[in-house]
Amino acid sequence: MSLGSIPMRYRVKIDREQCMECMRCIDNCSYGVFREENGKIHIDSRNCTVCHRCISMCPRDAIDLHERPVDYRSHPLWTPEAREDIINQARGGKIILSGMGNAKPYPVIFDRLVLDACQVTNPSIDPLREPMELRTYIGKKPKQLHITKNEAGDLELETELSPNLKLDTPIMIGHMSYGAISLNAQLSLAKAAAKVGTYMGTGEGGLHEHLHPYQNNMIVQVASGRFGVDIDYLERGAAIEIKIGQGAKPGIGGHLPGEKVCADISCTRMIPQGSDAISPAPHHDIYSIEDLAQLVRSLKEATNWEKPVFVKIAAVHNTAAIAAGIARSSADAVVIDGFRGGTGAAPKVFRDNVGIPIEAAIASVDQKLHDQGIRNKLSVIASGGIRNSADIAKAIALGADAVYIGTAALVSMGCRVCGNCYRGLCPWGIATQREDLVQRLDPEIESEHVANLINSWTLELSEIMGAAGINSIESLRSNRSRLRGYMLDEGTLEVLEVKPVGA
Amino acid sequence: MCGIIGVIDRKMNKMDGSSIRDALSLMNERGSGEGAGYAAYGIYPDFADCYALHVFFDNLVEPKSTVDDMIQKWGRIVYQEEIPTYQQPGLKRAHVPWRYFFKPYSDLMTGSSTPEDDIVKHLVMHINSDIKGALVFSSGKNMGVFKAAGWPEDVANFYRIENYEGHIWIAHNRYPTNTPGWWGGAHPFNLLDWGVVHNGEITSYGTNRRFVESNGYTCSMFTDTEVVAYLFDLLGRHHKLPEEAIVKALAPPFWDEIDSMEDKEHELNKAIRLTYGPALMNGPFAIVVATQNWMVGFTDRIKLRPLVVGENGDRLYISSEEAAIRVMDPNVQKVYMPKAGEPVIGRVIE
Ligand code: SF4
Ligand code: SF4
Repeated sequence: MSLGSIPMRYRVKIDREQCMECMRCIDNCSYGVFREENGKIHIDSRNCTVCHRCISMCPRDAIDLHERPVDYRSHPLWTPEAREDIINQARGGKIILSGMGNAKPYPVIFDRLVLDACQVTNPSIDPLREPMELRTYIGKKPKQLHITKNEAGDLELETELSPNLKLDTPIMIGHMSYGAISLNAQLSLAKAAAKVGTYMGTGEGGLHEHLHPYQNNMIVQVASGRFGVDIDYLERGAAIEIKIGQGAKPGIGGHLPGEKVCADISCTRMIPQGSDAISPAPHHDIYSIEDLAQLVRSLKEATNWEKPVFVKIAAVHNTAAIAAGIARSSADAVVIDGFRGGTGAAPKVFRDNVGIPIEAAIASVDQKLHDQGIRNKLSVIASGGIRNSADIAKAIALGADAVYIGTAALVSMGCRVCGNCYRGLCPWGIATQREDLVQRLDPEIESEHVANLINSWTLELSEIMGAAGINSIESLRSNRSRLRGYMLDEGTLEVLEVKPVGA
Repeated sequence: MCGIIGVIDRKMNKMDGSSIRDALSLMNERGSGEGAGYAAYGIYPDFADCYALHVFFDNLVEPKSTVDDMIQKWGRIVYQEEIPTYQQPGLKRAHVPWRYFFKPYSDLMTGSSTPEDDIVKHLVMHINSDIKGALVFSSGKNMGVFKAAGWPEDVANFYRIENYEGHIWIAHNRYPTNTPGWWGGAHPFNLLDWGVVHNGEITSYGTNRRFVESNGYTCSMFTDTEVVAYLFDLLGRHHKLPEEAIVKALAPPFWDEIDSMEDKEHELNKAIRLTYGPALMNGPFAIVVATQNWMVGFTDRIKLRPLVVGENGDRLYISSEEAAIRVMDPNVQKVYMPKAGEPVIGRVIE
């Protein structure tokens, strides 16, 4: 007996009165929803991913798209999604893949934190008239300086500082590899990073030569697969990031299917064309924090101790202890990726169920490092589900030095968070390697969009700081007294170390 | 609001407390009668090598015996007495001010380069956060803080501060906003020899507090001024930064200015900002900090609170108002307003 089909999710309709039969929807939908038969457009709604490409390209606004909920017997536990997943797995016998971030309706802590503002007793600061300093240095800082006074009475600095990355804004672009996203998408991000004075991550896919002009704004990643890693690669980056874990899939590795490994990607990743690129879950030379410390030092040694080395981990319950270990490993920054972090492809069960929220992870890491008196030893970068400038301000107040944005940067290039990245058919030319689709993305235009986004968030951050009577980002960092929790339970407030509203 | 004033005599000639009392009272518009205080340096020459611990006791039974026991574990009480006070109509006596002259056993604090100071610091932190009914509000050598909830003249008369003679005085008239007017909340704030008076509100309090706490201080007074004293102790005593460098850490130049400095200067200022970012104080403030042989005044980086300087021979005055300086010294010569964030430092010439 067949299990039959599951009901379709969305209904695509064309208003035939409006439609001028230009067939653009057919060209634009990479999922094959539209086809032409006898001069007429036919629609197969079942394939629709709600990527909105057709809608945004239709010159007549003729396309209508609706969710089409079908009633199942209502049941609080056996949601339609639970049942559909079972049906799919019963049929296929496979892990369910998914793209983008966690899609479960967990409450968002960011949305239950409110920022504070100044009133009479301390004036707010007007960023239009007063300087507002968002410049951030990422890297290790000494615990103290040795400064002496010479005979002439001038101050002499005796301490030498470790290399730090200088950011004009505390917003960086997170790691999305060539392979997971297209070269044009990477180019757009790289150009934007250079434009706004920040950095972007290469992801684990190596550094394509087209990105070399932007290498001073790039952080090169070393993941367990070591794809594309050689001395030239390490030397090109402004900083090096060791990826241990990722918020969307803590505890598991990465997988780029062989079909996607085209000639260009095979060159960049240094693997044979058409072969699966598998990043194993653990680094096979790291089975302890000492091993990690050794890798950090080897990378520093290889690059003359001239580059900051970051370590990226997924937010899990003992993140704070791990971060304290990382702080003692000569690493310069720890990146903590929360459980809402995006991904090109992850098992759905991981994406939706493993890890902890970034807000709690950052707060506990910051607290632990402070308790141990080693907060200066490394910078903390928060990522995973940053949606707006308020999230950034809150992340910084909870203890982050800077944030990585990922999905938000993609959305600014057109991504509609349809969540089908893993299929390689991204109609926006982002999460795909299909040449015709990649060509849809113009790096000139899209880099402008990404830069605009970062600039506007930077402006908003200045306003938020000014309202809090703060004119330098250093004073927002770890400043929990600028936050209040609204409808957060006592336990969470305690972890965040934030007082409730009215207190 | 709040009114602050400080004076140093660079030749260490002594001044009694009467003129600073009058100067502070002139600024009553800047206060609300809920807190005032004075600190003076050089007032205990007979016990110059003892730490003068001023303690507010709620009563002289339980809290005092607990404190006695505790400090005797760490050192010797050379002399102790109730600080003489005189009833004032406008001042409600809420605590008993007591003073100990105390000598720590320095060999009890291992691994410290300043064991005596660290013992006293430990005692202050411990008593203030753990012992109910006792609050150490002054712990330096040959100096002392006198404060209470009341108007400047009442507080001065309560302690008869004209009976004390010092070469540095700082004083404060409080308009409380964040915490209710209580004795512990009045300024000056003190730790060891560091005395602080402050007008304003530090918006970076959360950050600064975490920073000092992660360096072994405990904030127990619920107010932003407390952290200033700890920041000075940390940066000045532990990290041994010169005064100018401490001020650069707390109120650093803007990046634009740092960027346009020549190399050496640039490196120094950048290093200070990177290392001491969490010590940077934000928000509106004017501060005067004193210690045995110098006094410094500075404001926040955009000068949201007033600060005026006056000089006359060996005397340097720093205050919220010129008029207050003129009450202390009608013949004051050079009167000027320092730039935002720029420190004005008066040093004893030995
Ligand atoms: S998949 Fe995208 S392009 Fe295709 S019909 Fe749906 S919304 Fe339109
Ligand atoms: S990147 Fe493309 S495939 Fe992925 S969610 Fe965005 S629009 Fe969909």
